[in-house]
Amino acid sequence: MILTIALRELKNLFLSPLAWAILAMLQLVMAFLFLSQLDTYLSTWQPRLAGIEGAPGVTDLVVAPLFQTAGFLLLLISPAITMRSISEEQRNRTLTLLLSAPVSIREIVLGKFLGITLFFLILLLMLAAMPLSLYSGTTLDAGKLLAGLLGLALLSGAFAAIGLFMSSLTEQPVVAAISTLGLLMLLWIIDWNSAGGENISGLFQYLSLKTHFNAFLKGLFSTRDLAYYLLLTSVFLILGIRRLDQKRLTG
Amino acid sequence: MEPIIKHMESKILISVEQLSRYYGHQLAVDHIDFTLSPGEVLGFLGPNGAGKSTTMQMITGNLAPSEGRIQINGIDILDQPRLAKANIGYLPEQPPVYRDLTVDEYLDYCARLHRVSAAQRGQAINRAKRRCGLLAVSRRLIGNLSKGYRQRVGIAQAILHNPAVVILDEPTVGLDPNQIREIRELVRELGETHGIILSTHILPEVQATCTHVQIINEGRLVFSQSMQELEKQLVSHVLVLETREPLTDEVLEKLPGVDRSERLGPSRAKLHFSEKNPAGAVAASIAEHGLGLVELALDRQTLEQVFVELTCRDEHLTTEDAA
Repeated sequence: MILTIALRELKNLFLSPLAWAILAMLQLVMAFLFLSQLDTYLSTWQPRLAGIEGAPGVTDLVVAPLFQTAGFLLLLISPAITMRSISEEQRNRTLTLLLSAPVSIREIVLGKFLGITLFFLILLLMLAAMPLSLYSGTTLDAGKLLAGLLGLALLSGAFAAIGLFMSSLTEQPVVAAISTLGLLMLLWIIDWNSAGGENISGLFQYLSLKTHFNAFLKGLFSTRDLAYYLLLTSVFLILGIRRLDQKRLTG
Repeated sequence: MEPIIKHMESKILISVEQLSRYYGHQLAVDHIDFTLSPGEVLGFLGPNGAGKSTTMQMITGNLAPSEGRIQINGIDILDQPRLAKANIGYLPEQPPVYRDLTVDEYLDYCARLHRVSAAQRGQAINRAKRRCGLLAVSRRLIGNLSKGYRQRVGIAQAILHNPAVVILDEPTVGLDPNQIREIRELVRELGETHGIILSTHILPEVQATCTHVQIINEGRLVFSQSMQELEKQLVSHVLVLETREPLTDEVLEKLPGVDRSERLGPSRAKLHFSEKNPAGAVAASIAEHGLGLVELALDRQTLEQVFVELTCRDEHLTTEDAA
């Protein structure tokens, strides 16, 4: 049942030109970035680093910055993907269809989450094609590449859960998008002042989406970072479920 | 208020006990009881904002009741919502259709949501489309269909999985007279095997399709009877008389078989009688006096009058209570 709702959500995304536009623009920007990064590497870094033992390779100098930017771009576009998910169903009164069907609210929210996550995975696959093309000329650090992709996947999962919750709060998709963007931005930059304080900064640093993402880009796969994303995602999914349940109670 | 159907020995499809719903401090539905058995078409009447839709939303699990119990096919909707909902087909006030989908895509999604097995899905969709007259628009986008067609897609969605109970909230809104007749026919046909709850503002519709009538006003059930009982009650004991010449009090008093008369104008009156219809004798008497009979007809009490009486009187009472 979750899968039925997920596939519908995914197909719905592709019914509007928005999803196509997002995929196309992102691919264009990332490809340009990838090529310029590669160019810089070939002309500047490769001659200097040649012969140095343990120097950073192409994965560190091309793929990591690419994924870093991709993470930030995902933050910018994910509100546009999640904004309609629940808010439009509320506005068009189609949520009734799901609520009167023999489907639980948990299945509805998880189905929608899965659908959006599948869209992000398609996006990531297209993104992964760029570094993978380098295999034709060189070898990459597969571990680092996979860690980076996993980081991006976890990051987009968190974006999806947060966006979904925000979408359940309002009947206006645009309001959902703006508030999602605001919250994501806040979580992204929350550690910027961490140089100053001492006690609070630790907490802020932990809360930041970026610090945990950066760890993955370095090829560091720690349960601490994994747990952070899983916690964040499930907290917002539970909030989304609670929110829809609450609507049933208060009308 | 007592449950309306006691004589039915067959199983009960919907049983609602002491159902109440508050919106904040406002009581929208006030301790309603009723039951629905297979083969019954229950007409749900009431003025706007009386609590019809709220009651329907609670029965279909879209809204949680503040108090009371709802059982669908013997399954409590709060304890086992999924099992209970599987027995319901629901058309809300606004048909829950996705404008971006074609009729086929939409119905396929609905069938999946209701766990219609892959083997039966095509057949179920075709049957629903045929019943609702949608075969010609299978591949059209729902957003491009007229309101009437969208309404029919909504009905198709409600009967798609062949549920035991079909709940239709104003199903004929926005349809043309031909379509309305088709939908009534469909409701009657469905009513033979299913239990149906139908809410509407159109009173003749209730008389045409329903086996039971309930009037709800300000959250309370003020009237609930079977159509047969109602029809018995609606048998008139009033004649309306109109003559060419003015009617004198003397003539009115002496009309045969009439218990009491009530003037409506100089040459028009209502005649109340208790046993046999005295129309023949009255006509003869008028002719005798040379008054010139213009009209003599039974003043049929319609459902509309019952409705107005019940819903307006109550309004009156509550304003008095409040004062």
